[in-house]
Amino acid sequence: MDLAVHLRSAVALAGRFPALSGVDLDVGLGEVVAVLGPNGAGKTSLLRTCAGLLPVTSGEAAVLGCDLRADRTQVRRRVGLLGHDAALYDELTALENVRFSVRAAGIGTERVGAALDRLGLVGRLRRTPVMRMSAGQRRRTALAVLVARAPQIWLLDEPHAGLDADARALVGSLVADAAASGAAVVLTSHEPALSVPLADRVVVMRGGRIGETREGGRGAGGEADRFLVAVGEGDVGVA
Amino acid sequence: MSARMRSVTRWIGAAAAVSTALTVWLGLWVTPPAEVQGTLARLLYLHPPIAWVALYCAFGVAALSSVLYLWHRTRSLFWDRLGASAVEVGVVFTALTLVTGSLWGRPTWGVWWTWTARLTSTALLLVLFLGYLALRRVPADPEVRARRCAVAALVAFVDVPIVTFSVDWWQTLHQRGTVLNPGLTLKVHGLMAWTMGLGFLAMTLVFVWMLLVRYRVEVLADRIGDGELEVSLSERWAEGSMPVIGDGAGAAGAGATAGVTALGTALDATLRQPAGGGR
Amino acid sequence: MWRDALLVAGKDIRIELRSRVALWQVLPFAVLVLVLFGFALGPGPRALRVAAPGLYWLAVLFSTVLATQRSMAIESGEGTRDGLRLSGIDPAGVFLGKAAAVAIQLVAVQVLLGAGIVVLFDVHVQTWWLALVASVLATVGLSAAGVLYGALSAGLRVRETLLPLLVLPIVAPVLISGSRAWSAAVSGAVASGASWLKILGPFAAVYLAVGVALYGPLQEVA
Repeated sequence: MDLAVHLRSAVALAGRFPALSGVDLDVGLGEVVAVLGPNGAGKTSLLRTCAGLLPVTSGEAAVLGCDLRADRTQVRRRVGLLGHDAALYDELTALENVRFSVRAAGIGTERVGAALDRLGLVGRLRRTPVMRMSAGQRRRTALAVLVARAPQIWLLDEPHAGLDADARALVGSLVADAAASGAAVVLTSHEPALSVPLADRVVVMRGGRIGETREGGRGAGGEADRFLVAVGEGDVGVA
Repeated sequence: MSARMRSVTRWIGAAAAVSTALTVWLGLWVTPPAEVQGTLARLLYLHPPIAWVALYCAFGVAALSSVLYLWHRTRSLFWDRLGASAVEVGVVFTALTLVTGSLWGRPTWGVWWTWTARLTSTALLLVLFLGYLALRRVPADPEVRARRCAVAALVAFVDVPIVTFSVDWWQTLHQRGTVLNPGLTLKVHGLMAWTMGLGFLAMTLVFVWMLLVRYRVEVLADRIGDGELEVSLSERWAEGSMPVIGDGAGAAGAGATAGVTALGTALDATLRQPAGGGR
Repeated sequence: MWRDALLVAGKDIRIELRSRVALWQVLPFAVLVLVLFGFALGPGPRALRVAAPGLYWLAVLFSTVLATQRSMAIESGEGTRDGLRLSGIDPAGVFLGKAAAVAIQLVAVQVLLGAGIVVLFDVHVQTWWLALVASVLATVGLSAAGVLYGALSAGLRVRETLLPLLVLPIVAPVLISGSRAWSAAVSGAVASGASWLKILGPFAAVYLAVGVALYGPLQEVA
């Protein structure tokens, strides 16, 4: 069984800048990992590296068994990245955007309707060009793309940012469902209170590498509330 | 670049200087003036060699390096640097070709410029590779810049035969017989041929020397960048173990490392709680 | 590759139909260029008629630069650039699709410009098929070279100024051959006009091939 993500002392460059300066991380399929850390710690770069966008210059790096140092284009269609800047075309509607992505990935369009429903993009909203949507609605559209594509690895960069309470809850259930269906999820967050309960494991990044690893709160069951409070207090300087 | 390479460069530079001086001496003082064109013909000891370097040596090297860079098996920044150096030297030589041609054309044809196929396509070539240099000057990461420039050089190079062909055709169809053919008016004398041959050698040596020097400058410029990479990598490492003051959310003076540790402690504490049915 | 090309072309055309940049900016610009040429050459109908094929192709070249810039602006967002790379679309398909979308816009531009030189410059085309074939071949070549260079300068802050400098010399053979072929079509000199197609055809083929081969590395701008 291949690991979803396998990084060993991985150094990745964003231009000439070593965005990752030696990361060790293994993520199995069906596992959820939350990445915390201050701005500039390399959280986004970690996701972009896993997506095969940033070149890995030293160390080991494999995603779904493909060596990123040999060929980083192979993994791309098998991962789904939700970036800060949503990969949406402003002039196209939510429906058209999702349909385009799904067709590009070579999947049938049957799941498109269900994905839009799931994200609450129904009725007129589906036929509204993305540029006339609110930030939250755009985010929902971007998430709908992921749901429809159902990738084997979900890479979510700040999935809660700019979302209302309902949508945040929705993100939680999407992550849980993805993991339950056997996909790996790596998500970054400034808000441990939201991300830690979703995760099997929490890693803290700083200076382009992983400083600390803890167990997350996924499956903590009835203790989730207390957990949240505790994490909320401990979150000084990390958020 | 190794010390040996540097001394080779110096020797080539010396040879280039000597052969150029010899060409000038032979061309200006030893050879007789040509029968028809007189002293003007002396420009022909230099003009064809310069054009040869520009059109064949320089852009040939540039195109070859671009292909070798783009082919994944031979991808190396060596080819990028070599190609860029060749284009830069080539642009200088192309400009010189046009200038010397123009200097010769003015007394011969009475105009600085004619729309002959040769002139027009050379001028277009100059503009094409000036575009390449403009592209190269745009700040970008070395790999990205290399990829862009290799494609640009290759595309420009592919354009050269098409340009030449279309301009040739354009001229034969529309300006038939308006221009002299420069080569024919010159009766090449034995010594003259030798001088011209020496000119080719001299200009080729000058080209190789300039290419080597330019390549070395490229390497040195990149080395500065590489040094920066080493430094920034170690800085990045240090960042991870150093307490950083001033993370917005922290209390005054509370380092982020402290925050991270606090998070860890909090997580530990929570997870150690007796959780009914939990982990 | 072909399926991907269709998908990308469809998307670009749909975006174009919705944003109407081609309709409200590129087309009026092309007509404006013709009118300005008219001013520059003076009102004498003979000069205009002789110059018309050249002016027509110059206007097409300028419009190509605009259409290419617009085509690249669609993908200029950080997210969409990543999106295209992550989408799994074959880069050759992206190239062909974007070139096809630009070509369709250029056809619209040329229909308008053709009407423009007939109306404004009083040009009568004798050999329609020659003009048409030349236009089709030139359009393919222009859009291929344009998109290739558009991708080359994509993501650069100076792309607005750099793109014309890069593209215009490259497409000079199209200007030469297109103008000659159209002059021949106007005067009815079929034989000499048809020979220019031998440049337009290979030009289109070469740039399509180069684009298909090299668009992949160009897209990899990390």
